[in-house]
Amino acid sequence: MLNKNIYLILIISLVFAISFWIGFNVNLLPAEASINAPIYDELFKILFIIGLIIFIGMTIAVIYSLFKFRKRDDQIGDGIALEGNLSLEIVWTIIPSIIVLLIGLYSYNIYDRMGGMKELNHNHELMSSNTEKIWAGISQTSDNEIAINNLSIEVSAMQFAFLFNYPKGNFISGELHVPVDQKVSMKMESKDVIHAFWVPEFRIKQDIIPGQPTILNFTPTKVGKYPIICAELCGPYHGGMRASIIVEEESDYNEWFNKNKKPEVNL
Amino acid sequence: MTISIDPQKTNNESLQPKGWLRYFSFSLDHKVIGIQYLVCGFLFYLIGGTLASAIRIELASPMSDFMPRDVYNQVLTLHGTIMIFLWIVPVVNGAFGNYLIPFYVGARDMAFPRLNAVAFWLIPPSGLMLVASYFVEGAAQAGWTAYPPLSITTPQSGQIIWILSVLLLGGSSIFGGINFIATIIKLRRPGLKLMQLPMYCWAMLGTSLLVVLSTPVLAGTLILLSFDIIANTGFFNPVLGGNVVVYQHLFWFYSHPAVYIMVLPAFGLVSEILPVHARKPLFGYTTMVFSIMGIVVLGLVVWAHHMFTSGTPPWMRLFFTIATAFIAVPTGIKFFNWVATLWGGKISINSAMLFSCGFIINFVFGGITGVALAQVPFDIHVHDTYFVVAHFHYIVYGGTVFIIFSSIYHWFPKVTGKMLNEKLGILHFINTFIGFNLCFAPQHWLGLNGMPRRVAEYDPQFQFVNQISSLGALLMAISTIPFLINVFLSLRNGKDAGDNPWNALTPEWLTSSPPPVENWEGEAPLVEEPYGYGKEITEQI
Repeated sequence: MLNKNIYLILIISLVFAISFWIGFNVNLLPAEASINAPIYDELFKILFIIGLIIFIGMTIAVIYSLFKFRKRDDQIGDGIALEGNLSLEIVWTIIPSIIVLLIGLYSYNIYDRMGGMKELNHNHELMSSNTEKIWAGISQTSDNEIAINNLSIEVSAMQFAFLFNYPKGNFISGELHVPVDQKVSMKMESKDVIHAFWVPEFRIKQDIIPGQPTILNFTPTKVGKYPIICAELCGPYHGGMRASIIVEEESDYNEWFNKNKKPEVNL
Repeated sequence: MTISIDPQKTNNESLQPKGWLRYFSFSLDHKVIGIQYLVCGFLFYLIGGTLASAIRIELASPMSDFMPRDVYNQVLTLHGTIMIFLWIVPVVNGAFGNYLIPFYVGARDMAFPRLNAVAFWLIPPSGLMLVASYFVEGAAQAGWTAYPPLSITTPQSGQIIWILSVLLLGGSSIFGGINFIATIIKLRRPGLKLMQLPMYCWAMLGTSLLVVLSTPVLAGTLILLSFDIIANTGFFNPVLGGNVVVYQHLFWFYSHPAVYIMVLPAFGLVSEILPVHARKPLFGYTTMVFSIMGIVVLGLVVWAHHMFTSGTPPWMRLFFTIATAFIAVPTGIKFFNWVATLWGGKISINSAMLFSCGFIINFVFGGITGVALAQVPFDIHVHDTYFVVAHFHYIVYGGTVFIIFSSIYHWFPKVTGKMLNEKLGILHFINTFIGFNLCFAPQHWLGLNGMPRRVAEYDPQFQFVNQISSLGALLMAISTIPFLINVFLSLRNGKDAGDNPWNALTPEWLTSSPPPVENWEGEAPLVEEPYGYGKEITEQI
């Protein structure tokens, strides 16, 4: 009996060791380029490790049973008439409940750190009136929140393109330019069907809905060019509905902004 | 209540065609209807599988070069709709439910045999109508979810035919659900208690409750959508002040429970198969019953987890996260109980057993990604990507379809009196298991790294992994061949099965193979312990 327990403990520790090793050494995710990304990857790593432990453990249990308890040619009759074991069943009800609850609380914490639980309707300057309904997206704050004067952007999506309106500069761009390390606030609305704004390197996604503006706030952290992908089926050319987001140093961004800026037209 | 043979019905039966012609008639025999469901479903599976192959051929290269883009969207819409509404739902519910439930409750037939036949005969015309819509103006191309406004703005005839077809199939499903509830509750033979029923009855009771509660919501929603399309109403059309997110709530109020309508019967079937081939009682009968009912209740309140990136307020996202994640608890109990059923048994390693064990491994994998997807912050990145595609194929193919095959290997001797060939069966299993995992496991990586779902073209850096996936799909397509050969060869000259080749204890095995029209010569047996393996009663057989 003691021997059996030692093997069991050995196997369980081996499963844990393998899962942790894979969890820490196998990277399945793209580059991290926003404040959101490292928070997301932290959650991913935890879920990945827990998932691996359960999956490897269950797979070993099934394959081991098939080998160990397979019917040999000389055997007749049935297995043991075991109909249940209340304490065992209580254990495997309570332990998963606790794991699920902890994962839920942890992901609440992650979501809060991403800014998901923030009220969005208050400070957005593009709101035309207090009664306009803004549906939630993610609102994120960086530690050094800079005035977002130039960085309120209106996104319109249509079959099959994104357009980015910079109201402060009075111009529309087909590419989204943003300065690094500054909070960007976008108000998004669709002209026709539902689209979605997804930047994999930022780990953010929000549907763009006709008739209902949505808000998406983010803070890029790495200079570079990243794809903006439409993730909601929107018609035949859905797969080709792409744009780019260009994250640049503040001076480069200002240069680009001033080059495109148009004077206000006063009528 | 006593079981009596309805004389009028027996008269009808004697007028029915005999032999294989029965299967093309408006038969009232639950066994004939069950086989009709199964064969009809399998034919649509072949059509849906052909469409899946077309998708994988298109995705073997990054450019959209195999078919026109709008045809690609029609293909993915038809693939999803056919696989869900014409293959999985009718087969795990209609086929096995009709064949087995009357045996399990000790009845001669279902409660409403005519309704039962009507429910089946709604399926072939609506399925053919759906496929034929391609030749009208092109089939529906808004995905099986048919989200407005896309479904309102794409060519109308395809979308309207799609709606009509899904309405008919939903009606068939509701008829079936009512029939199962009535049969399980009211037609039990005297002396048979609810807690003595085989687990598949409980699974079908739970499933039928979900069908009856949620399918009418889908029907209502689709009727409103069709008004928007043909009568220019504005329920969901934003141009006329409609709300597109409301459609999503209504749609998922059915379509999330639909997932349980597809997997709960599979949970029931595997609970019948494992004890027989492991020669052990089903572990934890009572907790299994409660976990089925727990899944039914929770399954009704998790729908908005499909909408975390739509417009939903934060509190709602949080509630649906917790509710969804908690489904893992009753589901987990069932998986632990199945492994415990294997533990200490005398397991026959045959095709039915292998497909059931393949189901456990695949479904655990899909369940784990499911718990991850339930977490809002996790879902926001991977929603509408290939990660989700991989997840739900692990649930419905790796889970339910594996169990459909397992069940065919298990019950084929009962239905036909012939054994299936084991060597071909094991070849079928190995081929399917490797092909399936090769096809869908890599798709998790694709989704995490930036490939959205429902696209005909993608970035070149995803080509290699997509080709591995397509190779897996090819293996899955090939795996159908040994299965079909096996079925046809065994029907012609398979080994004689005898009445009870597995020495099983559930009531369908306590009659001849194939069973007589009235199920048993004489009175239905009272099976108080359907899983009494390892006890004295086994020796009586």
